[in-house]
Amino acid sequence: MFQKVLIANRGEIASRIIRTCKKMNIQTVAIYAEPDEDKPFVQEADESYPLGGAKVHESYLDVEKVLEIVAKSGADAVHPGYGLLSENGDFAKTMEQKGVTFIGPSPEAMAKMGDKVQARKTMQAAGVPVIPGTKDAVATVEDAIEAAHSIGYPVMLKAAAGGGGIGMQVVHSDEELKKAFESNSRRAQMFFGNGTMFLEKRIVRPHHVEMQVLADKFGTTIHLFERECSIQRRHQKVIEEAPSPFISEATRQQMGEAAMKAAKAISYYNAGTVEFLVDDQQQFYFLEMNTRLQVEHPITEQITGVDLVEEQLRIAAGEAIRYKQEDICIDGHAIEVRIYAEDPHTFYPAPGQITALSLPQGESVRHELAVNGHSFVSPFYDPMIAKCITSAATRSEAIHVMCQALQDYSIEGIKTNIPMLKQIVNTEAFQSGNTDTSFIDVHYVKEEAK
Amino acid sequence: MIEVKANMAGSVWKIVVAQGDEVTDGQDLVILESMKMEIPIQTDEDGTVVDIKVQEGDFVNEGDVLATIKES
Repeated sequence: MFQKVLIANRGEIASRIIRTCKKMNIQTVAIYAEPDEDKPFVQEADESYPLGGAKVHESYLDVEKVLEIVAKSGADAVHPGYGLLSENGDFAKTMEQKGVTFIGPSPEAMAKMGDKVQARKTMQAAGVPVIPGTKDAVATVEDAIEAAHSIGYPVMLKAAAGGGGIGMQVVHSDEELKKAFESNSRRAQMFFGNGTMFLEKRIVRPHHVEMQVLADKFGTTIHLFERECSIQRRHQKVIEEAPSPFISEATRQQMGEAAMKAAKAISYYNAGTVEFLVDDQQQFYFLEMNTRLQVEHPITEQITGVDLVEEQLRIAAGEAIRYKQEDICIDGHAIEVRIYAEDPHTFYPAPGQITALSLPQGESVRHELAVNGHSFVSPFYDPMIAKCITSAATRSEAIHVMCQALQDYSIEGIKTNIPMLKQIVNTEAFQSGNTDTSFIDVHYVKEEAK
Repeated sequence: MIEVKANMAGSVWKIVVAQGDEVTDGQDLVILESMKMEIPIQTDEDGTVVDIKVQEGDFVNEGDVLATIKES
């Protein structure tokens, strides 16, 4: 096992990884940008090194600086968390060349899933169902219009290198497509250095359901069931739960098989997530594979009892998976809400100074925190400042605990989406499990959020 | 004279008009950036830009005045 792990990330996920390392008696190294100096993860690590700078390009994404600290600290492995460098194949390759283990899949597997056009082809060839759409990138707006006619409107316009909803838009007509094509391509070029676009059929009122997989370097692949992540704003998840209240047992089994097929097709190892859209007839389609730990991984841990970070470390260190598929069972129900520093009505970011923080307590409540009662929430990073996870024997009990927890959750000094979360978990629609991706548009009543 | 205010806290990413420019209802004046999101701030009146109160890179709070416009 590793002696010392450097966490190339920040916030709640850095704290989360440090916690498992401590349990396994592994030394931890944190790296931090200037605005994060006072954040909990910097204190929790055994050693912490400043990156200088504030913006991610001057700090967490500055590969040279990160490499320098890896060498200086003597870390023998790097955990990239999610976002930032976690899906950067060149970074992973450089680590391996320097004899430092990258805790994640091979750079080749990352590359195969990183380009969405190639990923789609690979999945199709492997027999994993994909959404009808263009097989190749569309070069011009004229090609895009022709493709849209053969697929049929509405279509989803997507950036090949995209993520986080950037460069992605639903279009209903030639006119809309013309406008959206240029602007999204330009945006994708600016954000990802790649303006390649493709089109696919828009699945109306889909559920977003993803399967967690674990695979070792000996070819063993298992799945840890699904997470229902349909409640989203701006194509980013807000509330997740496991298991999904929507899919049937038969669909669950088929999706598990498809996810393992997807992982095997690219010789995947470590933890990964295969995302699917599921339509109202429970037909499911491959969306993308996230070749890293996910934000919402705790709900899977709560229902399976598996510490996913520990398994990541063990697999990266060359161990075989300790579980057989039949060892993995769903026990109870878990719900996660993401707490964002944002206006609950406009969803605009709301950075600022936290003046007080008081958390709900209880055995069924798990917290993952990026801040404390006197943190400044910087405008330079993602607005997610905390996650609150509740678990219980049944879905309705888990919801009940969540409603209570949100009632008792208090963050002062900045605006957060807690009023929105409270309103949603108390709706009849949420409680009955009716949670497709249009949920926030249809069921979120801003006036009632307080 | 109308004041165009920031609707969120963040930094001024780009200023897309200059003092003295004629602007029309709905035109972008300033683009704010915060937490990986860009929000264009527009004028809701036709008029002339009298003053731009911020510079690119400045940090602004919600409600801060970004520009003043003289209605035409």
